Amino acid sequence: MTKTKLIGALMASTLLASAAYAEDVTLTIESWRNDDVLIWQDTIIPAFEVANPGIKIVFAPTAPAEYNAVLNSKLDAGSAGDLVTCRPFDASLELYKKGNLADLTSLAAMANFSPVAKSAWQTDDGAATFCVPMASVIHGFIYNKDAFDALGIAVPTTRDEFFAALDKIKADGTYIPLAMGTNDQWEAATMGYNNIGPNYWKGEEGRLALIAGTQKLTDADWVAPFTELARWKDYLGDGFEAQTYPDSQNLFTLGRAAIYPAGSWEISGFNKQAGFKMGAFPPPVQAAGDTCYISDHTDIALGMNAKSAHPEETKKFLEWVGSPEFATMYANALPGFFSLNSTPVAMEDPLAQEFVSWRGKCQSSIRSTYQILSRGTPNLENETWNASANVIKATETPDAAAARLQEGLASWYAPQKAN
Amino acid sequence: MSDRKPFRWHILVFLAPAVLVYTAIMIIPLFATLNLSLYTKVDRVSQFNGLGNFRTLFGDPRWSASFWNALGNNTWFFIVHMLVQNPIGILLAAILSNPRLRGAAFYRTAIFIPTILSFVVVGFVWKLMLSPIWGVAPDLLSAVGLKSWFAPWLGKEAYALTTLALISVWQFVGIPMMLIYAALLSIPDEVIEASEMDGITGASQFWKIKLPLILPSIGIISILTFVGNFNAFDLIYSAQGALAGPNFATDILGTFLYRTFFGFQLQLGDQNMGATIATAMFFIILIGVCIYLFAIQTRLRRYQF
Repeated sequence: MTKTKLIGALMASTLLASAAYAEDVTLTIESWRNDDVLIWQDTIIPAFEVANPGIKIVFAPTAPAEYNAVLNSKLDAGSAGDLVTCRPFDASLELYKKGNLADLTSLAAMANFSPVAKSAWQTDDGAATFCVPMASVIHGFIYNKDAFDALGIAVPTTRDEFFAALDKIKADGTYIPLAMGTNDQWEAATMGYNNIGPNYWKGEEGRLALIAGTQKLTDADWVAPFTELARWKDYLGDGFEAQTYPDSQNLFTLGRAAIYPAGSWEISGFNKQAGFKMGAFPPPVQAAGDTCYISDHTDIALGMNAKSAHPEETKKFLEWVGSPEFATMYANALPGFFSLNSTPVAMEDPLAQEFVSWRGKCQSSIRSTYQILSRGTPNLENETWNASANVIKATETPDAAAARLQEGLASWYAPQKAN
Repeated sequence: MSDRKPFRWHILVFLAPAVLVYTAIMIIPLFATLNLSLYTKVDRVSQFNGLGNFRTLFGDPRWSASFWNALGNNTWFFIVHMLVQNPIGILLAAILSNPRLRGAAFYRTAIFIPTILSFVVVGFVWKLMLSPIWGVAPDLLSAVGLKSWFAPWLGKEAYALTTLALISVWQFVGIPMMLIYAALLSIPDEVIEASEMDGITGASQFWKIKLPLILPSIGIISILTFVGNFNAFDLIYSAQGALAGPNFATDILGTFLYRTFFGFQLQLGDQNMGATIATAMFFIILIGVCIYLFAIQTRLRRYQF
């Protein structure tokens, strides 16, 4: 008898609880940005909830490396949240094609974004957009200003100046010239190859030509970044082969390395960790006055679960995410994640300002391997990680690495097969 | 009057829970995996593909290169365990079973403790110790004047796999030690005394009397090592990540399966090819176990006391 009573009481309490919540609609956000939990909970969500009573938002992130797998299984099981943070290009496109993500083309806020900003979350023909762009990350080099001042080095703008600076730091011996390792592989590809590459392949021009099949990875412009990477080897720390990404971050923020090949997402972490003044410079060009190209990679967006029980409220939130108000709040809470909104956003962080100022003087492009080209097997992005790491370790020559990548791409990508 | 025995229902009732649980969590998933490997996805629709996935795995130059690389690495991983872990385990057990050794309980516990540590802890701690930047390994070597011997082992293609295999040996040497130790303790004193009467003592007593008696245990350890190594994944994943760097030098079947099945970074997961690799692993282990059961175990002599 007591047992039935207990069960009855429990059931009654669940009924009461659900009745109490029925007035508010609760929306859940799926995300891989578990570093940002506090910013969402303390800044972004309260701002929305105050303006929109009756809608509650819960930010529920997963570990970055597991996000794609966890999200896919949640979507298949029908237990995913109403809002889904979108990876750029194919991972999200696949979700849209499977019917997991709703078409958001008709959202009024979409007018706030340029076609380039939306391109990462559109169908190949650009007809449907399925995520509201949130932020991009910019590649460049962050340097230790105190070290540069002590050694009398000016910020390099050309490649010759860059290597002269590295030689000078190496000769002095106080600092490791470049903080990078090859253990995790992606540093070599993302902060190496795709950082310095756009200057060689002329940003969008080369990237689109590669997709169209009019350029090949074995062309001089695509091999040259590997040739430069091979020269980096002499400036890395002892045992860089076993140096991991967190090792590189710590070497730099502890003041043991002078230059850090970076993505702008490092800014907030470095601001907290580093006890010295920092500056940043874009990838150096061949000759002074050359047009510079930067990787301004569309990285993060927010979409709607097609099976959401509250589509109206979810769309309301997404409209807000597309507003200039959100853009300002997000960009300042997370310096280094730059708003994709067409409305200019005022940022207070000097390092973030330096990065974003390159948009004005350089041509923006995105990572060459992300759109379309990593759709098949072997996967061009993952092969590029491996090739970049091999080239830096000098276990593969730049030409051999490029030839291998081209052969792999041509094995499944029709426009490249014809060559 | 019937002289037929009544049906013994209680046997079924007692077996049912184990059979049901085992079927639900082992047998059904196993056959589901085998089944999945026979299908392929065309435009997000599953289609029967017969042995097509296996033809891709063994016939396509890229897939087969990755597969043979992983299998080769896995074999080397196993060989290191057989040549290092098991002899050391036997040696430690022989030393521990010596009645004159003081503090045997302490050594036994100390050597066994790494076995209960999580792979993630072991991977992380060793990675830190061997780190060229923060690790104690370069400092220790330079303290004894051998700094030049140090290399970033985990980052060099030539050493990385052997280094990881030795880390795994360090972690698991306690298991063969315990099993052999138990086997050595179970040898009756009369046998030992009789051999002493015949003048067989010391090392020759170990080789001529004890070793033949613990051979069945060594066989069990070998097969456990084989199955464990060919199913290994955790240590490599926690130390080197899913790409099993440098340049796939530490890629074993487990990491190859994981990368294929769940996808990695921009590579989307391919459940069907993943299941194909899992099936290949299943058969490799099955063949290995069969060779052991039919060719080795039947020839092992057992002694009854």
